[in-house]
Amino acid sequence: MEKPFAITLDPGSSLANRTGSWRTFRPEYVDRLPPCNAACPAGENIQGWLFHAEGGDYEAAWRALTDNNPLPAIMGRVCYHPCESACNRQNIDAAVGINSVERFLGDEAIKRGWKFHPSAQDSGKRVLVVGSGPAGLSAAYHLTRLGHRAVIHEAAPLAGGMMRYGIPKYRLPRDVLDAEIRRLVDFGVEIRLRTKVSNVLEALQDGFDAVFLGVGAHIAKRAYIPAGDASKVLDAVAVLHDMEGAQLPDMAPMLGRRVVVYGGGNTAIDVARTAKRLGAEEAIIVYRRTREKMPAHDFEVEEALQEGISIKWLSTIKEAGEDDIMIEKMALDDKGFPQPTGEFERIPADSVVLALGQDSDLGLLENVPGLVTDKGLVQVDAAMMTGHPGVFAGGDMAGNERTVTVAVGHGKKAARAIDAYLRGKTYAPPPKPELATFERMNPWYYSDAPKTVRPVLDIIRRQSTFEEVLGGLDEHNALFEARRCMSCGNCFECDNCYGVCPDNAVIKLGPGRRFQFNYDYCKGCGVCAAECPCGAIRMVPEEN
Amino acid sequence: MSFQPIKFYQTGTFTVGNRLLPPEQRSVQASAKRFNSINSGHRACQGCGEALGARYAIDAAMEATDGQLVCANATGCLEVFSTPYPETSWQVPWIHSLFGNTAAVATGIAAALKVKDQGGTRVVAQGGDGGTTDIGFGCLSGMFERNDDVLYICYDNQGYMNTGVQRSSATPPAARTATTMAVGPEPGNVFGQGKFVPAIALAHDIPYVATATVADLRDLEAKVRRAMEIRGARYLHILVPCPLGWGTAAHDTIRMARLAKETGIFPVFEAEHGEIRAVLPIRRQLPVEEYLKPQKRYAHLFGKQPHVEVIARLQALADRNIRRYGLLEQA
Amino acid sequence: MLKQIEGSRAVAEAVALCRPEVICAYPISPQTHIVEALGELVKGGALAPCEFINVESEFAAMSVAIGASAAGARSYTATASQGLLFMVEAVYNAAGLGLPIVMTVANRAIGAPINIWNDHSDALSQRDSGWIQLFAENNQEALDLHIQAFRLAEELSLPVMVCMDGFILTHAVERVDLPTQEQVDAYLPKYEPRQVLDPREPVSIGAMVGPEAFMEVRYLAHAKQMQALERMPAYAAEFKAVFGRDSGGLIHTYRAEDAETIVIAMGSVLGTIKDTIDEMRLPENGGHRIGVLGITCFRPFPHAAVAAVLKNSKRFIVLEKSLAVGSGGIVATDVRMAVTGVGLQGYTVIAGLGGRAITIKSLRGIFEQGMRDELERVNFLDLDRKAVDKQLARERTIRRSGPIAENLLRDAGVVAARNY
Ligand SMILES: Cc1cc2nc3c(=O)[nH]c(=O)nc-3n(C[C@H](O)[C@H](O)[C@H](O)COP(=O)(O)OP(=O)(O)OC[C@H]3O[C@@H](n4cnc5c(N)ncnc54)[C@H](O)[C@@H]3O)c2cc1C
Ligand SMILES: Cc1ncc(C[n+]2csc(CCOP(=O)(O)OP(=O)(O)O)c2C)c(N)n1
Ligand code: SF4
Ligand SMILES: [Mg+2]
Repeated sequence: MEKPFAITLDPGSSLANRTGSWRTFRPEYVDRLPPCNAACPAGENIQGWLFHAEGGDYEAAWRALTDNNPLPAIMGRVCYHPCESACNRQNIDAAVGINSVERFLGDEAIKRGWKFHPSAQDSGKRVLVVGSGPAGLSAAYHLTRLGHRAVIHEAAPLAGGMMRYGIPKYRLPRDVLDAEIRRLVDFGVEIRLRTKVSNVLEALQDGFDAVFLGVGAHIAKRAYIPAGDASKVLDAVAVLHDMEGAQLPDMAPMLGRRVVVYGGGNTAIDVARTAKRLGAEEAIIVYRRTREKMPAHDFEVEEALQEGISIKWLSTIKEAGEDDIMIEKMALDDKGFPQPTGEFERIPADSVVLALGQDSDLGLLENVPGLVTDKGLVQVDAAMMTGHPGVFAGGDMAGNERTVTVAVGHGKKAARAIDAYLRGKTYAPPPKPELATFERMNPWYYSDAPKTVRPVLDIIRRQSTFEEVLGGLDEHNALFEARRCMSCGNCFECDNCYGVCPDNAVIKLGPGRRFQFNYDYCKGCGVCAAECPCGAIRMVPEEN
Repeated sequence: MSFQPIKFYQTGTFTVGNRLLPPEQRSVQASAKRFNSINSGHRACQGCGEALGARYAIDAAMEATDGQLVCANATGCLEVFSTPYPETSWQVPWIHSLFGNTAAVATGIAAALKVKDQGGTRVVAQGGDGGTTDIGFGCLSGMFERNDDVLYICYDNQGYMNTGVQRSSATPPAARTATTMAVGPEPGNVFGQGKFVPAIALAHDIPYVATATVADLRDLEAKVRRAMEIRGARYLHILVPCPLGWGTAAHDTIRMARLAKETGIFPVFEAEHGEIRAVLPIRRQLPVEEYLKPQKRYAHLFGKQPHVEVIARLQALADRNIRRYGLLEQA
Repeated sequence: MLKQIEGSRAVAEAVALCRPEVICAYPISPQTHIVEALGELVKGGALAPCEFINVESEFAAMSVAIGASAAGARSYTATASQGLLFMVEAVYNAAGLGLPIVMTVANRAIGAPINIWNDHSDALSQRDSGWIQLFAENNQEALDLHIQAFRLAEELSLPVMVCMDGFILTHAVERVDLPTQEQVDAYLPKYEPRQVLDPREPVSIGAMVGPEAFMEVRYLAHAKQMQALERMPAYAAEFKAVFGRDSGGLIHTYRAEDAETIVIAMGSVLGTIKDTIDEMRLPENGGHRIGVLGITCFRPFPHAAVAAVLKNSKRFIVLEKSLAVGSGGIVATDVRMAVTGVGLQGYTVIAGLGGRAITIKSLRGIFEQGMRDELERVNFLDLDRKAVDKQLARERTIRRSGPIAENLLRDAGVVAARNY
């Protein structure tokens, strides 16, 4: 139409007015480090794989997960999930059940037969991995992904390390363990069983370019307890190890009707619970300090108590007799250390199982030049390398924090460092982005969604069988749980910035491609940053 | 409420979009193909709630009418910042006539469209609180009373902002404006004056009356959608914080709207044929201080000696809203 | 078709023949009968499709017309006096937006004091609003002008005000020739808006214009009215061709060719003036060479046409039903401008304010005075000097002298005046 001058205007013509020039602050998209990721010893990108799970693409989620950790089904059962303790959602209702979703994904992968995709080009390098515990498996997996040939030498008849010879079945069914190890073998990891390495430098000679040591810690620590000849004193590692060999119930270790376990760690709990399952009427844990001071995780203590295990806090075993033991009451001093009180008590016991921690058998490392040990631990640098070039170590033998997850993390880190080493470079871990703290988020946008509780086996069966105690989530629940994730510090395409910009200065790039600022029109009001639920936008001052 | 809150898909319906929802359930604003009825390049202040509210509402109306929409606009910030010659931000057919006649202009458009287009094209009238509750009130009431087929949207920023933040009949008590200065024994706007036009609209027994805020997009869009399903006079009153007039940070615009709703200061409800059908319940109730404190227009209440009794009176007004509209009852 | 009907009815039927699509109305005397008749035609279905809207004020009436017109509908309203003032802001706005609305103004005085009777103060207060203003001399012309008004408005995209004297015309039952629908359809094409609110081609109408373009916008409004000046005689000629009548145009003259004195006026008073002149021209009455110039189109003001008529005369007397308080005549100001430099003697006679009767006797008296050049520049026909002087004296002596209108009424012995 022929429009009247000035009073009638063409639509949308204000595009000619670049309001971006008003800006004094500029919004920028950032990816911050979610606290769960930051807390994960295996360096999982938890928020990243939950993102796929939220969308129902479990395979993508599983693949994102296994970029860092090849053992999700195991992880989803035995990991102590420090991620959940760090989860920002605790500030709203309860932490996201990351571990249960991980287990769901792991089980789903086993059920659906998902395999690892063939990895990078063969580098022609061979790396020896000593030990098939989680550290060794993880190192071998990541080395394989990086194109190297990883060969595991394992002394035991079966692979898995403490996951098999320590963690009881009721927490980690062996078919799960087997399935995840088998997948690694299918992926190209070579495992030589019953192959003990007694001298690492010699073993290296066999055409290997580097070695990763993950021998764990299997030698039980002892405490001096005066004991009569007839008394039965065993160690926890041996008991649990024997459980694995026991195909039939009558091959199980003989512990008697009344079993006393000495120690306060997770191993003590596992032994006590195992004893209960083996038919002990009484399983008593004797521990020097209080419940609060107990190294075992509280939920494990709780589960043990539920199953009828009793615990004697502030007690030490003074002597072991044929059918009883004598304990001394302790009291905490000002500094929180237990001190003897001189008060004694006898309690009946058919056997005493010591669960006082383990040391590593470092025999294979004798005479390795440059390698340093301290208090039984092999010393490694930030790249997991020992003082001897090309010899790397991780897992229980190299750290005080002894968990499957830490071991997996060590294995991964070492593999990356070995890769760099093999290429003649030094490994530099990628810089960590800023932490996505709760204060940076806008929690208003998350709808209320209480945590899903996992099903638990009924108590009778828990006390008498080795069936798995904790059930998994079904798909519905797992999806719900995944969707509780707030995606801290990482855009999850909620469209808030796109929607709330009064100047239409956010460009939506489409699914999976996130957004872009249109600085021609962005006035820098900062509403996008304020209303970004997950804190993935920062405002930075404009120069000049 | 006319919109179905999504029970739980990561963020439910609180965020603008939700990639987990089927596309047809997503908000208009989440769409990459939304109309942007008001285009970039407009001259609203940084963080202007009115610019945002207008795009939310008109885009939703465009969606609801499949683009068969005409808008009439009162004088005020929205008009001034969107259409200074030689540029306009509007991408919809749009007319500005005067400050106080927008409802009537819309009536005329509706009448013309009825004759010419058999009513296929619909009309939205929009104005600020001054243009609606004060100077345009006669025309608004007339349009209501005749039940003309117009959706009238009031963008309430609680004052005459375009002329430099003067008091309107929608300015709340105690608020400082250029004509209710924070001086004298009763600083700021006085208590016991002003009017809540949604309630007056209700009294006209028109088919649809609702309130909304820029902090609840889904609710706002659902209301526009519902309004466009109905023929006759409809009224939507949207709270749109004004950083300039309220003395708030530009980035706090949506937060302020949210706080207004969560404290009960601004009731969000929906009514059909004179009866309230639903309210948007308060999700996490907060004391009014939380809302008042970030606003410089209430700064005089929070000096060295806070005016606790004035704050208490404002709290009482919020509490009355909560009771009157049942804002704490769950939907 | 010849019909003996009330002026308002005649106008209503003429408007209806123009097929308006939106009519809005708010009652005020003496406009009421027009819109009542239209309302009836719409409600009864005789005028369709058309929306008849009972608005809540004149401000709304004009605003509804603005909206309707902008949305492409032929729009009509009518008002008078206070109503016109109540809608002023929208009156200017309609013109500024260039919307071809047609409005009847049933001319009536403006209060205070409130007065329902005829004069031209209302319409003339809007002379600078940008509207085209046409004044009808009689009911036939009122009817005809409405038909031309739509044509003019829509061709130029400007609003047109058709002014007819309240009561004197609106309520007078006279014989008029009502055209047929075919005639009107032949004369008035379908409304093709110059700008329209249309989703298929969105535009923003009513932008804010700053100093950089405002002068130009105003100039264009002026230029458009100048164009109207050129086109109007043509529309009148075309009208004559279709309807067979001389109606409209810019001006009408009566016995002006040889006149030394030319009386200039607008509206129905022209009839009385013509009678007066006929009388004065009689040889027995002195055979005065006096003639009449009737202005039909007051805005745009036909300066050239007026000057052409006046150039051979010796003097002019503008008789007008309006007063520019503190200055004098309103029409006279424009007439004087038209003859600037011509050196004519010119007088202003303010007459008939608030419905004061204008009699032949008084007219003859004042015209004769004029011809003797005994008039002041500004004169007030039949002013009650005594009453005025008394009030002026009262005000000089008493501080709280009271309300003027009531004082005058009391002085005149009227106990109570009726208000409408
Ligand atoms: C009872 C118990 C329960 C536990 N529960 C949990 C739990 O719930 N969650 C958790 O995170 N952690 C748990 N842990 C700790 C966890 O099992 C260990 O931290 C983890 O297995 C350490 O992994 P690793 O690879 O370093 O060593 P290991 O798992 O101990 O594996 C070392 C492997 O190296 C082999 N090896 C040793 N020496 C040689 C050699 N010279 N040549 C060849 N092979 C050799 C061993 O046979 C073994 O297979 C538990 C531990 C115990 C004992
Ligand atoms: C008749 C008239 N009176 C006053 C004004 C001046 N005026 C223009 S915009 C405005 C304030 C508008 O306030 P509101 O309607 O609340 O809109 P806001 O600018 O706050 O969005 C005023 C007073 C005007 N344009 N017209
Ligand atoms: S004064 Fe307020 S309403 Fe006006 S443009 Fe600025 S922020 Fe928006
Ligand atoms: Mg306002």
